Amino acid sequence: MEKILVKKNSYYDSVTLMLISQDVKKIDGVQDVIVGMGTELNLELSRKMGLELVELDQVTVNDMFIAARVSEEGAWTSLCTKVEELLNKKNEDNANEYFPASLASARNMMPDLNLALISIPGKYAYDVAKDCLDKDIHVMLFSDNVTIEEEKKLKEYAVSKGLLMMGPDCGTAIINNVPLAFSNVVKKGNIGLVGASGTGTQEVTSVIDRLGGGLSQVIGTGGRDLKKEIGGLMMKLGLEALKKDERTEVIVVVSKPPAEEVSEEILDIVAEIGKPSVVCFIGGDATRIEKRGIVAASTLEEAAYKAVCLAEHKPVVYSGKFENEEETDRQGKEISGKMAAGQKYIRGLYTGGTLCDEAMKILHDDLGVIYSNVPLKQEENLENPVYGKSKGNTFLDFGDDAFTVGRAHPMIDPSLRAARIVEEAKDTEVAVILVDCVIGYGSHPNPAHDLAESFVKAADIAKTEGRELCMVASVCGTYQDPQGYEDTVRQLTEAGAHVFDTNAKAARFCWKVLAQRR
Amino acid sequence: MNQVNELFSKEIKVVNIGIQGFYEDLKKNHVPTVHMNWKPVAGGNKKMAGLLSKLK
Repeated sequence: MEKILVKKNSYYDSVTLMLISQDVKKIDGVQDVIVGMGTELNLELSRKMGLELVELDQVTVNDMFIAARVSEEGAWTSLCTKVEELLNKKNEDNANEYFPASLASARNMMPDLNLALISIPGKYAYDVAKDCLDKDIHVMLFSDNVTIEEEKKLKEYAVSKGLLMMGPDCGTAIINNVPLAFSNVVKKGNIGLVGASGTGTQEVTSVIDRLGGGLSQVIGTGGRDLKKEIGGLMMKLGLEALKKDERTEVIVVVSKPPAEEVSEEILDIVAEIGKPSVVCFIGGDATRIEKRGIVAASTLEEAAYKAVCLAEHKPVVYSGKFENEEETDRQGKEISGKMAAGQKYIRGLYTGGTLCDEAMKILHDDLGVIYSNVPLKQEENLENPVYGKSKGNTFLDFGDDAFTVGRAHPMIDPSLRAARIVEEAKDTEVAVILVDCVIGYGSHPNPAHDLAESFVKAADIAKTEGRELCMVASVCGTYQDPQGYEDTVRQLTEAGAHVFDTNAKAARFCWKVLAQRR
Repeated sequence: MNQVNELFSKEIKVVNIGIQGFYEDLKKNHVPTVHMNWKPVAGGNKKMAGLLSKLK
């Protein structure tokens, strides 16, 4: 039977509700359940689960709801009791701490607050961020679904006051060695970074750390900062700060290729600073960068390797090859040799938008067409990415707005991607499934667990039908991260995945397999 | 006026507004942090929120 309970005008954050959803799924007699805010995405996901409850039409974005399919009335009662218990438990856990309801009260508790980390639903974010800037508090705005007009107003205001306004949709920053939101635990050092992409920044900083380098400051700008409308307002402020920062000896800039005029302006500023610098406009043209005497990198991995060379005052050397290229070729052929006729496509399922973009750029020339919800070419846009099916070579960014309204980011809630891996395994034309696994603060406590579980299920499905799937993963993070880098790699390897330490290597390995399937 | 370099020389003190997990992470890292119990003004009712903002 299908049941629904609506709590009108009750707000809980998406992570709390996601954790409760996961918990109550385990109750006997509960077949399907969603506990969430009444966003369009959550309501649609409920309908997709086959819950055709008329009450769903009455649920608004300000309501919390539980929709479920249960075997009997008793299971529904247990479910509702458990949700209530978990919501109360959260309140009890917090009982010994006082959480002020306003910024004014927060400042009474800690008068010298100097940074706000804001992750509320995007439609409310402008007012809250503006309030913080009014009070000379730097802002890191994690929220997405904020309009570009609001972004511009906030950034112009922040710049006029000399304040950071990182975001919206800024996932990563490390200020004074403090990792904020989705960031990795990196060593202190002499490399300063300004990044317009969250997971791109995570990848570069993590690889720098694993190579033995360290970071002075890591400033995030949000993904739209280098668009014409914003004009790189935060990138410029960040670069100016790194120029003046004595601990920063090497500068790294990471972004998707910016608008042309913004790109020229930023490159001029970087060149004028005079500190050794690496610019990575992922997959972008290197000529403009190099002609100004700046080191260019086309992949995130390359940016990290080159930055470490500069930081150690060594010649800049980067080959972009595997340690043993011939052995990797052999592996690719061996894996392909076990596959069934007709298996020829790749499905890239990503939690990191920039990592998804980078992998598509690495593979696009070889593959020809890659369908995606974040396509490289407009004609390769995948319609209905959330509820529809993949086709041909498909890459999905699960962190894109379409997947996240009213839901936790996939780096926190891995369930949608895990389900999709299993779904893709049913397609007889799929040869390779490529994923990222991002660890560090902010991420799920053990993202490898869900991935490993779905890899095993996917492999079983394929095997039963006489196919062999190749699962490829890269792990983004450092040895100091709370989830443990080695343990993450181990879980994925034991689940049968080929695991690489950078996204670029993982993508290149996929081609070693797919090239044999043509 | 650039307050960013000033921030680089100070201890970071954070107000976390939204996902409580970010606050927990900062606490684990021994970063001075206040978590704000944010809720939409007037339960997200735009008209009511507009009226309330005029009372400020």
